[in-house]
Amino acid sequence: MAKTVKIALAGEGGQGVQSVAGIMVGAANDKGREALYIPNFGVEQRGGVSVAFCQISDDKIGSPKFKKADLVIALSDRAVRRTTQYVDENTVFIYDSSIEDIEDDLPKNAKKVIGIPALDVAKKELHPRVFNVIIMGAAIEATHIVEMPEAKEALEKKLGYKFEQNPKLRPLNFTALEKGAELVKELL
Amino acid sequence: MSKAPNMPKSWREETKPHKFCPGCGHGLVLKALGQAIDELGIQDRVVFGCDIGCSLLSFDFFNVDSVQTHHGRTTPVVTGVKRARPDRICIAYMGDGGGYAIGSQHLVNAAARNEKITVILANNCNYGMTGGQMAPTSLPGMKTETTPYGRDPEVTGYPTQGPEMVSAITREGAYVARGTVANVRQLKNYIKKALQNQVEGNGFSFVEALSGCPTNWSTNAKDTWAFIEETMPKYFKVGELKAPAKKEE
Amino acid sequence: MAEKPIQGEKRVFMTGNEVAAWAALAAEADIMYGYPITPQNEIMHYWTRLSPKFDRGFLQTEDEISAGFTTCGGVLSGKRAFTATAGPGNTLMQESMTMAEMMRIPLVCVVQQRGGPSTATVIYSQQEATMTCYGGNGEGFRIVYSTSTHQELYDYVIKGFNTAWTYRFPTFVLGDGYQAKMRESLHIYDPATKGINMVATEPSLGLEGTPGVDRDPQHLRNTYNTEEELYEVVSELVADYEKAAPEIVEYQTFDTDDAEIVIVAHGIVTRAAQAAVKELREEGIKVGHFRPITLRPFPANELKEIASKAKKLIVMESAQGQFDRMVKHAIYGLTTPIEDYFKPGMGITSEEIVEYVKKGM
Repeated sequence: MAKTVKIALAGEGGQGVQSVAGIMVGAANDKGREALYIPNFGVEQRGGVSVAFCQISDDKIGSPKFKKADLVIALSDRAVRRTTQYVDENTVFIYDSSIEDIEDDLPKNAKKVIGIPALDVAKKELHPRVFNVIIMGAAIEATHIVEMPEAKEALEKKLGYKFEQNPKLRPLNFTALEKGAELVKELL
Repeated sequence: MSKAPNMPKSWREETKPHKFCPGCGHGLVLKALGQAIDELGIQDRVVFGCDIGCSLLSFDFFNVDSVQTHHGRTTPVVTGVKRARPDRICIAYMGDGGGYAIGSQHLVNAAARNEKITVILANNCNYGMTGGQMAPTSLPGMKTETTPYGRDPEVTGYPTQGPEMVSAITREGAYVARGTVANVRQLKNYIKKALQNQVEGNGFSFVEALSGCPTNWSTNAKDTWAFIEETMPKYFKVGELKAPAKKEE
Repeated sequence: MAEKPIQGEKRVFMTGNEVAAWAALAAEADIMYGYPITPQNEIMHYWTRLSPKFDRGFLQTEDEISAGFTTCGGVLSGKRAFTATAGPGNTLMQESMTMAEMMRIPLVCVVQQRGGPSTATVIYSQQEATMTCYGGNGEGFRIVYSTSTHQELYDYVIKGFNTAWTYRFPTFVLGDGYQAKMRESLHIYDPATKGINMVATEPSLGLEGTPGVDRDPQHLRNTYNTEEELYEVVSELVADYEKAAPEIVEYQTFDTDDAEIVIVAHGIVTRAAQAAVKELREEGIKVGHFRPITLRPFPANELKEIASKAKKLIVMESAQGQFDRMVKHAIYGLTTPIEDYFKPGMGITSEEIVEYVKKGM
């Protein structure tokens, strides 16, 4: 992969987009690739839309922010509105299909706009807490910045101590990761 | 050495006579400080910081390592030294403007942190070096260059009670006193106790010294001393406000 | 003596604030004085977690005025002391920095620029360039390194201590909120493994021996009585600064040899400029990039030579002309046209630089 892959992940504070971004770029870095992650933050410590700008490349990375992303994932109505500016004809735009009243706000110029029922799946099939891991699975499937085994390794590295305390968490998180990939696979 | 009689050993003879105005109280405060340093035998360990205002004229006063800082900033500079070199005895010397106005946040927070430094503050009820403006310690009704009709407490508040404030915000281990140049022996004892408190590593120590400024007060010797001895103590009570409990044997 | 914080060299992936703390540790910094302000806070957070393991000190002061002056006190005591700040905190710290200039106090200060004026944003800008180079009442007798990557942040914090203690001017590492908060890879190392020896420190106060008996006392001051007295002191500062400047000044060039268009940028904007030049060169456009690493002293001669051969300069910065004024001052006398691309408080991407250069052709 010669090109730099640019990802903007956006959600409400507490949805875990920053931790997912951190784990993903960490996985790429562990593979020896160049990765850059910058959290977009405001004055307040909590609340508000949180955007994570990630770039992964085989070369040194230029400016930490970018105008247009290869992949945008938006997890709330405000996040959708906030991130359409990063979309152009090369962008895959993924949003959670449970978000209401955003049809008019979805980007019209994207390469693909994909709604996935990540929140529903998390709540009904897995656990609300792994919502962001489903999103991570989707992001990895859409970009292949790392492959699934490496993504699992990264989760293990980050959450291993929790897995030790509660062994059920490991398959739960890994299933969530795979489920996220499945949700987007057919639609890309 | 042929030092003049009564000149403390820690004074630097080469810089005497000093640069303060005739009748100024600084010389007496610094005499008390010099004697205290001598009696404690700490001259080789003292780091002396002086402020802006007339106190800056003391930067070469002693045979001790000295630094003249900015207005109000002597407390942090001396704090920085003490934190980097806890083995030194660190003294911050300043006036009422430096301690109670422009540098008040530093005094308050150094006291609240119980920094193991000694602050000595000369209170002469006005800004001397800049020409006699109202200070936080100017007395009600007192005429200064910026209160030409007398200080009106309704407009500008009442005189700052420095040692009372420091005493209120310090915990055990602190030493707080107010002396006066009218009683140099007592003032020296207070300063000595303050320095001893630092030597023992107990906590913050603070001595305010009531002092005179005949130049800006426009007073003769008799009126200067009357003001220091009779008028100032009506607002500023001389005595010890706080001393660490005696250590158990 | 605790063992070295970093053995040898290793690749890490961390935020710039963490980098700054590790660099100060590796540089054998003795003590940090600081006050909370975003986006600098994590330098203190990491320092307070790491430093006790290596017997280093920390003091959280009541404000940045105090942080600056306590740092002065630490350095005067002969310790490798540093502080870090941003935005309004940098403003408050300027008073102490002038004392450091006047009294040759070799402190190190890391600045993570945030948006201005006023409280503005906690995110990013290059709006503290003028203040960091020339703040306070004085003449800017300072050394300012403007970094662009985490590797540089690490390298120049270490180097900053040595520059400060070699030349005895306050030394700044000028980063920004992006550098503070972003994660990227770099190599951290024990300076000794790179042949870097930390310049020895020495006390100005609290010397050994009894003053007046074994030695003269130190009587340090920054106040002078007469114009003549001050003029002599400042002239000496000027002479020392000008003598040191050629040894300190640093810059980088990218494809400037045959460049018709030269982009001039500093700090993190150089990353976008470098990427843009690469892309534009692939399309055959003769564009180059000049990047001062030191804003003080400024690589004026070097820029002037390159600018004299170019057909156009484009000055790009995330501020409204603070860097531009330094550039114009440096190349005064040339007639090369200059275009300004100012984005106060906003990041600049390579995409927009490419677009701007093409549009102007």
